[in-house]
Amino acid sequence: MNNADIGWMLMSTALVLLMTPALGLFYGGMVRAKNALNTMMMSFVSLGPVAVLWALAGYSLAFAPGSPVVGGLAFFGLRGVGLEAQGAIPHLLFMAFQGTFAIITAALISGAIVERMRFGAYLAFIMAWLVVVYAPVAHWVWGGGFLAAAGALDFAGGAVVHVNAASAALVAALVVGPRKDYARHAILPHNVPFTLLGAGLLWFGWFGFNAGSALGATPIAALAFVNTMLAPAATLAVWTLLDLVRGGRATAIGAATAIVVGLVVVTPAAGYIGPASALALGAIGAFPSYFALIYRARTKLDDSLDVVAAHGVGGATGAILTGVFADAAWSGGPSGLLSGNPGQVLTQIYSVAAVLAYSGVATFVILKVIALVLPLRAAGRVEGIGLDVTDHGEEAYTGGDGAILMPPRAAAMPVTAIDAAGLREGVRS
Amino acid sequence: MKLIVAVIRPEQLSDVLEALFHADVRGVTISRVQGHGGEIEHVENYRGTTVKMALAEKVRLEIGVSNHFVQPTVDAIMAAARTGEVGDGKILVLPIETIYRIRTGEQDQDAVTPVLQEVG
Repeated sequence: MNNADIGWMLMSTALVLLMTPALGLFYGGMVRAKNALNTMMMSFVSLGPVAVLWALAGYSLAFAPGSPVVGGLAFFGLRGVGLEAQGAIPHLLFMAFQGTFAIITAALISGAIVERMRFGAYLAFIMAWLVVVYAPVAHWVWGGGFLAAAGALDFAGGAVVHVNAASAALVAALVVGPRKDYARHAILPHNVPFTLLGAGLLWFGWFGFNAGSALGATPIAALAFVNTMLAPAATLAVWTLLDLVRGGRATAIGAATAIVVGLVVVTPAAGYIGPASALALGAIGAFPSYFALIYRARTKLDDSLDVVAAHGVGGATGAILTGVFADAAWSGGPSGLLSGNPGQVLTQIYSVAAVLAYSGVATFVILKVIALVLPLRAAGRVEGIGLDVTDHGEEAYTGGDGAILMPPRAAAMPVTAIDAAGLREGVRS
Repeated sequence: MKLIVAVIRPEQLSDVLEALFHADVRGVTISRVQGHGGEIEHVENYRGTTVKMALAEKVRLEIGVSNHFVQPTVDAIMAAARTGEVGDGKILVLPIETIYRIRTGEQDQDAVTPVLQEVG
């Protein structure tokens, strides 16, 4: 181990952790003001229980020696995870770095079910999902599982993070159902500057996500770093042109979305392709997501913040194009179609399909099991009022007019009129 | 001519505007207001501070209409704003002395008759 590798990975872990609050801003700006806190909390809360669960069980199931399908229990409760070397860095740091990926992947799913899923049910869902879906899928690709054995390339998580989260998001949107106002009334973003700020911070954090996935301060980290700058730049350029050609105006939400799509597309490829390929990848990657977004809005699928179009379509495009552009001359590693290894494309498609199928089915089962105990949806009235007040007892924007201070004794979480309304509709809130 | 003032729940606004549109009511002014009717206050917590929100967010609509439009307007608002819970709001119908349309100086009935806009 050397201190340069350790230093870069400490930095990368902090960068990736910042992506989850950034996602909260990105998502939070796109919902209505009455659901701003609820939406941001769906990302923020992942930093707590999901991270704890990762340390206790998730890490072991993903990275302890086990079967091709799931890791073992050797690292359960961080047993045997110390300062010894895991590659070039201390094992404990590797665990933390991987934990930041688990946290944001769970939070990504929330974009599909905002403004109507009950917070308690959501929390139960992402905790179960981390153990049942994320940990095994991470094992398949990065922990020595069957996709690693098949030779699938996923540098920083195109399949593990993005396709995985998007498949869960698609199923969650279908199971929870559309918002009551969806396709009936216009539902507009309440704070586009938040969304731009979130996209900017996501890009910043993504340098840790992709370049950190080199797992050391290596030339490959530099390659991944530069590709993480170039690919989203190309996506943003193409997206802006598409906006201009189609609507005559470059939109801000479009720019924020383009940045995220570009980052998603380059994620699986970051350390495997050259910079010219990264520009091509980013540019090509704009098209499927751009048109998927437009198409989705015309359907009945209320994937509210377009997790499927951005992360699913973008992630799959990136994963497959990794099989096209992978270049041994740059990475010293595997080659793709353009360097004479056409079979890699099929391996990439196989890995995407495997993750897509398992994540979708398992998500369906988890949600149906939770629904036996906890209602997944907020009551119609609650949806009208907004989940900030009902599920969190706070408002994002309040002038405090008419707020009467309550004495501490009377204040212990009294049942409110809204709770009562929820109870009458058979919903605990 | 009457001035119809309605105070409704913010989350019913889209439904009400749609209903008014279908009832051919074209002129409407809205404002975001806070008020207190008979509804029970909800409670919020900010760190150690617990507060009862005695004022609820409402939307006030003001619509000047000619006499034969009063009932359709009231009916439209009533149907679209009602949830059945306390706090659905009120509709007030007030007499108007004079109405002027600023652009043309037209008065009263003429001033509240919508004009067909030429698009262009």
